[in-house]
Amino acid sequence: MADATTSSGAASSSIPADLAAETLPSLYRTMVLARVMDERCLSLQRQGRIGFYVPLQGQEAAQVACAWALDAADWVFPAYRELGVALVRGVPVKLLLDQFIGNSGDEMKGRQMPNHYGYRRFKFVTASSPVGTQISHAVGTAMAARRRGDAICTIAFFGDGTTSSNDFHAGLNFAGVYRAPTLFFCQNNQWAISLPRERQTASETLAMKASAYGFPGVVVDGTDVHAVYRVVREARRRALAGEGPTLIEAQVYRLGPHSTSDDPRRYRSDAELAQWKERDPIARLKHELLTLGLVTEESDQKVWEAAKELVGAALKEAEATAPVDPRTMFDDVFARPTPALEEQRRAMDGLLKEGVVRP
Amino acid sequence: MSPDDALVPLTYDPTELDRSLAGWRRTLLDGYRWMLLARALDRRMLGLQRQGRVGFYGAATGQEAVSVGAALALTPDDWVFPGLREQLIALVRGHPLPTYVHHLFATDLDPARGRQMPCHPTARDVRYVSMSSVIGTQITQGVGLAYALKAKRQPGAVLAFFGDGATSANDFHAGLNLAGVWRTPVLFCCTNNQWAISQPVERQTGVRELAQKAAAYGLPGRRVDGTDLIAVYREVRDALARIRSGAGPEMLEFLLYRMTAHSSSDDPTRYQAADWMSRAAARDPVPRVERFLLDTGLLTEEARGRLAEEVDREVRAAVAEAEAAPPPDPASLFQDVFASASPGSFGR
Amino acid sequence: MVQAINRAMFEAMRADPNVLVLGEDVGVNGGVFRATEGLQKEFGPDRVLDTPLSETGIVGTAVGMALYGLKPVAEIQFVDFIYPAFDQIVSEIAKFRYRSGGQYPCHVVIRSPYGGGIKGGLYHSQSPEAYFAHTAGLKVVIPSTPADAKGLLLSAIFDDDPVLFLEPKRIYRAVTGEVPDGDHRVQIGQAATVRPGSDVSVFAYGAMMPPALQAAETLAAEGISAEVVDLRSLVPLDEAAVLASVEKTGRAVIVHEAPRFCGFGAELSAILAEKALYSLKAPVVRVTGYDTPFPYALESLYLPGADRIAHAVRATARAA
Repeated sequence: MADATTSSGAASSSIPADLAAETLPSLYRTMVLARVMDERCLSLQRQGRIGFYVPLQGQEAAQVACAWALDAADWVFPAYRELGVALVRGVPVKLLLDQFIGNSGDEMKGRQMPNHYGYRRFKFVTASSPVGTQISHAVGTAMAARRRGDAICTIAFFGDGTTSSNDFHAGLNFAGVYRAPTLFFCQNNQWAISLPRERQTASETLAMKASAYGFPGVVVDGTDVHAVYRVVREARRRALAGEGPTLIEAQVYRLGPHSTSDDPRRYRSDAELAQWKERDPIARLKHELLTLGLVTEESDQKVWEAAKELVGAALKEAEATAPVDPRTMFDDVFARPTPALEEQRRAMDGLLKEGVVRP
Repeated sequence: MSPDDALVPLTYDPTELDRSLAGWRRTLLDGYRWMLLARALDRRMLGLQRQGRVGFYGAATGQEAVSVGAALALTPDDWVFPGLREQLIALVRGHPLPTYVHHLFATDLDPARGRQMPCHPTARDVRYVSMSSVIGTQITQGVGLAYALKAKRQPGAVLAFFGDGATSANDFHAGLNLAGVWRTPVLFCCTNNQWAISQPVERQTGVRELAQKAAAYGLPGRRVDGTDLIAVYREVRDALARIRSGAGPEMLEFLLYRMTAHSSSDDPTRYQAADWMSRAAARDPVPRVERFLLDTGLLTEEARGRLAEEVDREVRAAVAEAEAAPPPDPASLFQDVFASASPGSFGR
Repeated sequence: MVQAINRAMFEAMRADPNVLVLGEDVGVNGGVFRATEGLQKEFGPDRVLDTPLSETGIVGTAVGMALYGLKPVAEIQFVDFIYPAFDQIVSEIAKFRYRSGGQYPCHVVIRSPYGGGIKGGLYHSQSPEAYFAHTAGLKVVIPSTPADAKGLLLSAIFDDDPVLFLEPKRIYRAVTGEVPDGDHRVQIGQAATVRPGSDVSVFAYGAMMPPALQAAETLAAEGISAEVVDLRSLVPLDEAAVLASVEKTGRAVIVHEAPRFCGFGAELSAILAEKALYSLKAPVVRVTGYDTPFPYALESLYLPGADRIAHAVRATARAA
């Protein structure tokens, strides 16, 4: 039903610089799917059915509109909050839930925490937890793609806190020197766990940090799908035309906690949250669709129900998927396990067989 | 050393300097003498390095105006976190030349017992902090010390020096960002000699002026002619006055022309254009200030010759002393790893 | 244990105005594990600093603070995120005193939760003590009980040397115990023989202590007397205690959750080979994490548990 579950919701490069009205409903459906999945995962975590979760609520418009403006051939370097991007790229919901559970269906083979996923076929590179490391990776891949003559860009996703990290500095500097076809998409959600944006850095905007590296930085309202889409399209055009990288600061708000281990009431006020809730990006796009006559209250109801059904069905399947085989623990450390690793695998196998340890 | 016709002159109206820089004559003459001494030391040490009598040397030739101008603008309360070419600051602030030369020769009289490569001195006596060879690490350290000054309500400010290449380093980013957030009394001094070994500054970063990077951290940044002793002195003095008054950290970019190889291990003909050295020579800080002093009558040819001889003698004496000194006591190898010589199994 | 760590910082900050805490989320939020809970409220935002997201900046500025006589206690939120600060720790902190001939001691304490067992996957589970123990000039301390956590942390804060203080986050709340009030110190560099025994020596530290003790309990019922030694400090190492125990039992099992290859157990094995070979009646055995990155779904298999330890001790006790 929702486009994100089919092979690719990503925009093709032939589409115009502005979002066409007829694409808005499918963009909206993807945002709703992300929200529904997010809420479901938060409750799964509370029930102990998944170990951990990083929600994206409040950032759906920025992520979905941004991903919509990319070509399927572009490479995405996410952080750990980019569910909306993953859905646009076409990652199936079931596959994501497999990862959150860490079962045998998980293409990460149960090795990573929830939200730390990557899918080579969707050009969505596996995330890690250290913040910012993906930024320099994105620059390197962009340089490699240009060298090979591929007309693609790469895009690095990160948050406001990451602008303080080493790889932000190194990555943007290299991109400036080598004019790498890279988009730096900073979702400034105003909070790096408990540190507010204004204590993160003394610069007036995060976008202006680009000037330290000799390329443009743009601030955009991250709750406005049209604005985000336009800015990303233009940055992508520049990148492919050899005009160099762009830093985009999408101003959003993290409506939920940093992760399920975090309690934001300890550090921010209800009033602030309430203020931003009024700018909920999903409500904003729904309002526009209602005005344009592209949805009705009834059809909207169906959109939500369909998303819930989809997630529910995928969850059922994912929870029925077998756990990961313990013996896979020793794979992928190297291309082929070393003799020492094989010895350790045999030792563990022996302990399992003797019943000394249990999976 | 005779003023070259191609030399870019220092153009200052002495009456304007009288107004803005009381006592500048004394300051400039002092500064000039230190610059001569540094030049003499570099010449001597590079010669000794070629003879294999010291292992390594990183000349400051061409950067003397920055070290001297900044040092003269400091008060004893201020702290210096140096890069590779700021040793002259320690000397101007009173660290004895013979002690420094003991360091260059790694003798037993080196306060650091010959543990570091040459040009990495430590001079706590003049608040000159020990440096590593890692690029940029001193920047965050300088910010931390400035934070401590503020926390302990002590006077003084911190000067953190680094080169153009260090603007790409992690600690540049972290240090300037933290200084901006914490508003610590620190002056970031970027000595842009336009070369990070073989990498020209225009390939170091996409931005034209390194001083522009300060804006990314909410700080003011200015570019200064780093081969002009007067400009350096004035800019550092004024920036420190603002910083001491609580106006927050700043960055100065000193534009320089590296006049030597990166170090004794480097051959710049492999990567520099043929005319680089002559362009650099036109900006040589020593003849620039020398010609100004001669033109304004503050220095006579005779005094110039006398000073040159004096500093040469000083350098020769210090070198002779260090060459006669014993190498570090082997037992010192195990000292200063920890506060007490043998915690636990150490040293058994 | 986390309360004991918290109390140590309260004690230290009350005793000495030079003590200061900095790190990510340590102030308003009280630390993601609540180790710094309440500190900012009592001592203010200038002594308990919520820093921007830069480990390089946290540790680098802590160095500068220490050079000027403050006693910074820097928190790295998870030790898995310490690597941006590796430069400052290895090239700067550990070498400052030495390279300056003693003129610039650099007494920084870095606290960081380490180790697995909280379903943290590759990046919230690491046990990297060997990298740091290999660095001359840096002390590495790992407590396993609340009383030791307080006593060792206070000693670390008032030590003359830099200390990496690794906290076994898995037992932050799982392990409880009496904690002496006031300025309770435990000397750094002394191992503790937590359970005396005569047949096999078991060396462990941090979060491996509870399973090691549990294994010893199990084995006692089988008639095997295991002596369990908590190393507590890897640098400096209490070599005398290690040797004395093996001279008595003649058998050694070394437990750590870090990977085996070049792990701290390799150093202990080498010391036993060099200095206690003639006391040994059986080969030294290591029970460790595997030589793979730390896994998420399979972490309980990766981590040595009481059963795996008991299995190894049993085999060692029976080896001819």
